[in-house]
Amino acid sequence: MSYSFWIILTGALVASSCALLGCFLVLRKMSMIGDAISHAVLPGIVIAFLISGSRSSLPMLVGAALVGVLTTFLIEFISKKARMQNDAAIGLVFTFLFAVGIILLTVFADKMDLDADCVLHGEILFVPLDLFTTGTFLDIVPRKIMILFIVFIVVVVALFIGYKGFLLTTFDPFYAVSIGISSVLWHYVLMTLVSMVTVVSFESVGAILVVAFLVVPAATAYLLTDNLKRMLVYSVLVGILSSVLGYGLAKQLDSSIPGSMTAVLGILFLLAFLLAPKYGLLPRKFVFKRDRL
Amino acid sequence: MKDFFDFLTLSDANVRYVVLGVMLLGASTAVVGTFTFLRKKSLVGDAVAHAVLPGICLAFIFSQVKNPLVLLVGAFLSGWLSILSIDFISKRSRIKADAAIAIVLTVFFGVGIMLLSYIQSTGNAAQSGIDHFLFGQAAALVGQDVFMLALVCSVLVLAVWLLFKEFTLVSFDADYAQAIGLPVRALEFILSTLTVLAIAVGIQAVGVVLMAAMLITPAAAARYWTNKLSFLVMLAALFGAGSAWFGSYISYSAPKMPTGPWIIIAVTVIAFVSMTFAPERGFYFKWLRKKRKANTTMDENILKIFFHLGENEKNGLVARSITQLQARRYFDESKMRASLKRLCRAGKVTENKNRWLLTEEGINESKRIARLHRLWEMYMSKYLKIPADHVHEGAESLEHFFTPKLEAMLEEQLDYPETDPHDKPIPYVKNNRS
Repeated sequence: MSYSFWIILTGALVASSCALLGCFLVLRKMSMIGDAISHAVLPGIVIAFLISGSRSSLPMLVGAALVGVLTTFLIEFISKKARMQNDAAIGLVFTFLFAVGIILLTVFADKMDLDADCVLHGEILFVPLDLFTTGTFLDIVPRKIMILFIVFIVVVVALFIGYKGFLLTTFDPFYAVSIGISSVLWHYVLMTLVSMVTVVSFESVGAILVVAFLVVPAATAYLLTDNLKRMLVYSVLVGILSSVLGYGLAKQLDSSIPGSMTAVLGILFLLAFLLAPKYGLLPRKFVFKRDRL
Repeated sequence: MKDFFDFLTLSDANVRYVVLGVMLLGASTAVVGTFTFLRKKSLVGDAVAHAVLPGICLAFIFSQVKNPLVLLVGAFLSGWLSILSIDFISKRSRIKADAAIAIVLTVFFGVGIMLLSYIQSTGNAAQSGIDHFLFGQAAALVGQDVFMLALVCSVLVLAVWLLFKEFTLVSFDADYAQAIGLPVRALEFILSTLTVLAIAVGIQAVGVVLMAAMLITPAAAARYWTNKLSFLVMLAALFGAGSAWFGSYISYSAPKMPTGPWIIIAVTVIAFVSMTFAPERGFYFKWLRKKRKANTTMDENILKIFFHLGENEKNGLVARSITQLQARRYFDESKMRASLKRLCRAGKVTENKNRWLLTEEGINESKRIARLHRLWEMYMSKYLKIPADHVHEGAESLEHFFTPKLEAMLEEQLDYPETDPHDKPIPYVKNNRS
């Protein structure tokens, strides 16, 4: 299959996994926690890399999940025990962990094929080149695609099984607790999933742009519907669309593919912001004014 | 060591520029950042810091030169645009502020990365080094840059100094500021402008990704040491400058090391130390105070047991074993032992073969606790009209918190009652009634 196809598929898989989880982050007003986690997994990735000596995904997943949970825990600790205002606690924790990650990268630069550039831009271009070598029919599928696909399935299954838990703890945590659903548990499940998705995505699109895929499709979908199931579907569609159009844009300008995908996401969000039937700026301005008269 | 000495004396002109420039940046961004922090806009600061990237790239694309002033203007404009976008999105749609911040941050940054790669692919020779804005490259500062930095930093510090009172009001109580006729919107505009300016110059040292920390972490750390704003600002500036110095020293002695991340590490370590060990607000001392209070409460409870046992048997001078004490009121044995040990050291009980006896001081102290308990019960039933069988709980906790002054007021108001609502006598110590 063609080179472009694999790249677009990578973008689409990253965008879909992120978008699904992003819906819950946006609804729980935790978008910036997503941002914090995506920065903060960097030292986890580097340390897992140093310990396991390879870029294989399992140690990285574990490392990232641990650091992701540690990040949320640290933020909560600093804002509750040390009484720092929440916004500053988030800012402090993730910049610190990210700085630690960058320094580890510099110190061990010659021991690993991972550098600050990869962290920021990702290496989506190399995805189709890294194939399985199992000797079976799987060999035509790039390794990264398989991993992204598995993570996507994990996210879908987790949301399917835990739908009720996520739904209730998001919209009415008090009711959820009163019928015995632990909001702390689901909070940490969500954070673990976010860290996992962040870490498998970061190699493709860069640590910071993962946040774009987490938040922007979800926010766009939030402008389009009031129904959670629809919001999940729309956000995935927005994510896939941005992957396709972003690749085209990058081809035209000869520019960074994840950067271009994010730019497209921005445009899609802007369109929804202006034109969404019920919550868009223009329909509200003109249509509802006419209704009132 | 020679390295360190060379560095410290700033004997090398290049080092001098870099160190002074970076310290200046550290101090002035911390000064402006203090207000960002107090207005709870830390994450907006983060978004603006990421959002200056496309501005820098566009400025470069249009001018084709790496003139710091041109890039600064570009950074400033796109930083401002990001603030306006965040406000606009969160006010004009159902998107909440946190998501608006994240959207603006990532989309601007994504566009920046896109433009950056576009610039790099055009192969313009002047473009080399433009990606230093991502993580900062203080070592690249030269005399001309430092001069401009000094200019901008002085503007920042001067503006804060002149408008200090107004900024204070706007940060702490915007409604009140409005009510006394201050131009709140204009002041907020100026504050945001200063923030964007600080970010636009600060990224030279630490880069866009870590700029938020440069802005708010010094203030967050300083906040643990003081409640006075002028002191807070100065302390934040000191922390900012100090960690900037540290960061540039590290990358001076190990040239491969990036300056920005080390500055952030330094300033965050200062913050961690502050939040732990600051005398008033640090959580270590808070925890210590809490533990001490728990200990005195426990000690007072033990003394009260002695008193009650003595009262029942009409003889307070009997040595008691732990089992006897536990029979009156149960506490964990290890806790009781620890408490009795403390009381021994304080001279309130004496120990003899695992039996404890109150000293004279201990007797007086135990009477004081029982008196406070009963006085408060009396007060509750007399003035708060709480039935006698409900007053014990409240007295049980409050007895540990009464000051001598409150005790005197209570006695006077109740006119030195003889008994409590349960008709138990209220024990007074001789000379207590003056």
